[in-house]
Amino acid sequence: MLSYALRRIVIVLITLLAASVIVFAVLEIVPGDPARLMLGMNATEDTVIALRQQMGLDQPVLVRYLAWIGGMLTGDFGRSYTYSVPVIELVRERLVVSLPLALMALVLSTVIAIPVGIFSAARRGTAADAGVMAATQLGIAIPNFWFAILLVYVFAVMLRLVPAGGFPGWQAGFWPALVSLLLPAIALALPQAAILARVTRSALLDVLGEDYIRTARAKGLPANLVLRRHALRNALIPVLTILGLQFAFLLAGTIIIENVFYLPGLGRLVFQAITQRDLIVVESVVLLLVATVVIVNFLVDLAYAWADPRLRRR
Amino acid sequence: MTTSFKTILAGAALALALTTSAFAARTDLTLGVALEPPHLDPTAGAAAAIDEIVYANIFEGLTRIGSNGAVQPALAESWSLSDDGLTYTFKLHDGIKFHDGTGLDAGDVVFTLDRARADDSTNAQKGLFSAIESVEAVDDLTVRVTLSRPQGSFLYNMGWGDAVIVAPESADTNKENPVGTGPFKFDNWAKGSSATIVRNPDYWGEPVALDTATFRFIADPAAATAALLAGDVQAFPNFPAPEAVPQFEADPRFAVVIGSTEGETILATNNGKEPFDKLEVRQAIAHALDRQAIIDGAMFGLGTPIGSHFAPHHPAYVELVETYPYNPEESKRLLAEAGYPDGFKATLKLPPPSYARRGGEIVAAQLREVGIDLEIIPVEWAQWLDQVFKAKDYDLTIVSHTEPNDIGIYARDDYYFDYHSPAFKAVMAELDITADEDQRYALLRKAQEIIANDAVNGFLFQLAKNGIWDANVEGLWANSPVQANDLTEVRWKD
Repeated sequence: MLSYALRRIVIVLITLLAASVIVFAVLEIVPGDPARLMLGMNATEDTVIALRQQMGLDQPVLVRYLAWIGGMLTGDFGRSYTYSVPVIELVRERLVVSLPLALMALVLSTVIAIPVGIFSAARRGTAADAGVMAATQLGIAIPNFWFAILLVYVFAVMLRLVPAGGFPGWQAGFWPALVSLLLPAIALALPQAAILARVTRSALLDVLGEDYIRTARAKGLPANLVLRRHALRNALIPVLTILGLQFAFLLAGTIIIENVFYLPGLGRLVFQAITQRDLIVVESVVLLLVATVVIVNFLVDLAYAWADPRLRRR
Repeated sequence: MTTSFKTILAGAALALALTTSAFAARTDLTLGVALEPPHLDPTAGAAAAIDEIVYANIFEGLTRIGSNGAVQPALAESWSLSDDGLTYTFKLHDGIKFHDGTGLDAGDVVFTLDRARADDSTNAQKGLFSAIESVEAVDDLTVRVTLSRPQGSFLYNMGWGDAVIVAPESADTNKENPVGTGPFKFDNWAKGSSATIVRNPDYWGEPVALDTATFRFIADPAAATAALLAGDVQAFPNFPAPEAVPQFEADPRFAVVIGSTEGETILATNNGKEPFDKLEVRQAIAHALDRQAIIDGAMFGLGTPIGSHFAPHHPAYVELVETYPYNPEESKRLLAEAGYPDGFKATLKLPPPSYARRGGEIVAAQLREVGIDLEIIPVEWAQWLDQVFKAKDYDLTIVSHTEPNDIGIYARDDYYFDYHSPAFKAVMAELDITADEDQRYALLRKAQEIIANDAVNGFLFQLAKNGIWDANVEGLWANSPVQANDLTEVRWKD
């Protein structure tokens, strides 16, 4: 188990290093001068040069890369070009929205998908199963932003039950903040739940066809105990993989949902930073997200070992 | 208390909170704006989004631009100009305080103007201060500004957002915590979400009616529509979804006020590149443009056709749309005369805004009618600034120039139009030294005529300001002579 974990950690570190080099290199090639973008068309050339010097953009590439990496290792992620505040602060402000949203959406999608998947697998071939398959097909096909706009019009504009968007901040009270994240979480969760339900169902069906399941039933074990004790744990591995991928997506790939609900989330931060050529923010946040994905995958790998004892002995 | 009783109580409290917020909006206003500013210091950045929050609300300058585009006194109670037109003496109001309690005196004005024109200044409109030779404080409330040459637009220049007066004690932190002299104080900026300003109880001038104003940053047109309909925002001074405007016009809860801005949308032409260096070719392009079709197709009918680079709401505006009226036959004839009987191929680079992307398709179709084949190349703003603006590597592009009274750009030799007209430069030079309003207007008219006749660019339309707000709100500007949301006159009707 320990050597398994250690090997995984080394891979994590190498991935992070490679990602940092690629991210930095790509942003160097991208055209656009952040200083000119910030000062606009009418500013004179010497003003632009003065700003470039202030932002440290006139230094050679290698120096800037090493300064950035060195800063990150000591916890200093640099200062944003546009906002002039430490990147860490910006990320923290956005994480306060994106992390609860991602967790809510993940919990909602799991709570919906796994029972639905089990229900469908247990009643394979019946009309109920066909109904669930059709529903999940619809869920996967519907674009989540269209669904989000629909939710806004029904619940916010027509029924006035919730605000149409925006995030009042956790200091405005736990409930108002949670309520404002509810619609976005539902809009995000439903398509993910549809995918997860299908994966659960097919994983379970695979497992239910195994010999040991037949043995357990032949021994007289009731169907639901067979499901819980034997089938589910073995079906968990593909489900865990998908969950890991979904979490990473939910953290930063939700920029469209954030736009529809004008939430100050991580996806919007990166998108705005790219259009404003705020290179420091883009580099640091992208690397943070790479780190998150890598670490989540690492945890999923460890979870495999928990779910499957055979892996622990390797 | 049992669990169910607590739940009912919580539910009732939630319902009450959601409903009472609708009734509490008598001295507070939530406005929606499309773009979030990068920071809140108007003297250190070009983004219009900054002025839209702070101009006239948090910061004030020596003079101010009013809702009709005219210069009004602000921090300066009065001024006098010497006979040679080189020395302005401003008399400041007494008892003005900054929001951090420090007083405003002539020394602060000297500090502000010197900081803006310093060598290492990052002021985006440094040109506004270029004529200043020296600034001195005669006494605590009197400032003398000496110019190196007469400048007719000096008072107007001092009304720009980039010329607001700041204090040395707070200038460095204005980006995050703006400290000005205005009727509103900065309260809070939740990045990505909203910015809030509150009434300044120690304001030196007329008190304002609003207690709080919150600006929410909503870029997505569908989200903006939903926010207005759901009552999350009560005003959208420049609504980003023209396609949804009819829906609000039909709704008695809302007032829709379509005004004009200082945004001249033009088909910018590279006058230095073949074949656009020939006047006949540019005239041919002008004859091929059907402006109303472009406005209807790209802006849903909201916009005013223009014939030159000037805002229609300005007193000195000349109607020049018919200089080269829509006439495809005439266009083909001119092209043949210029040596292109079968037309020619060119590129059209389009930045992200919808007036460019949508308008560009219509322009391309209209020009194809006369034989000019355009290849449409969409670009991001950063690329546009690099390729078109800096390197002049383009044939045609569509862009909107939103700076007020910027017809002077046609006199700049290094500007991306590559247009050099000694006659125009002469008019601009004379305008610079003329202070008398009537004479200035006459010169501005002449300037408009020169660039219209030379067909420097294809002058398409003036961007409309689509103002939508709650029918019970009054005092918001109809037009936008400066990029600002002046809230000093805004109140709820009772």
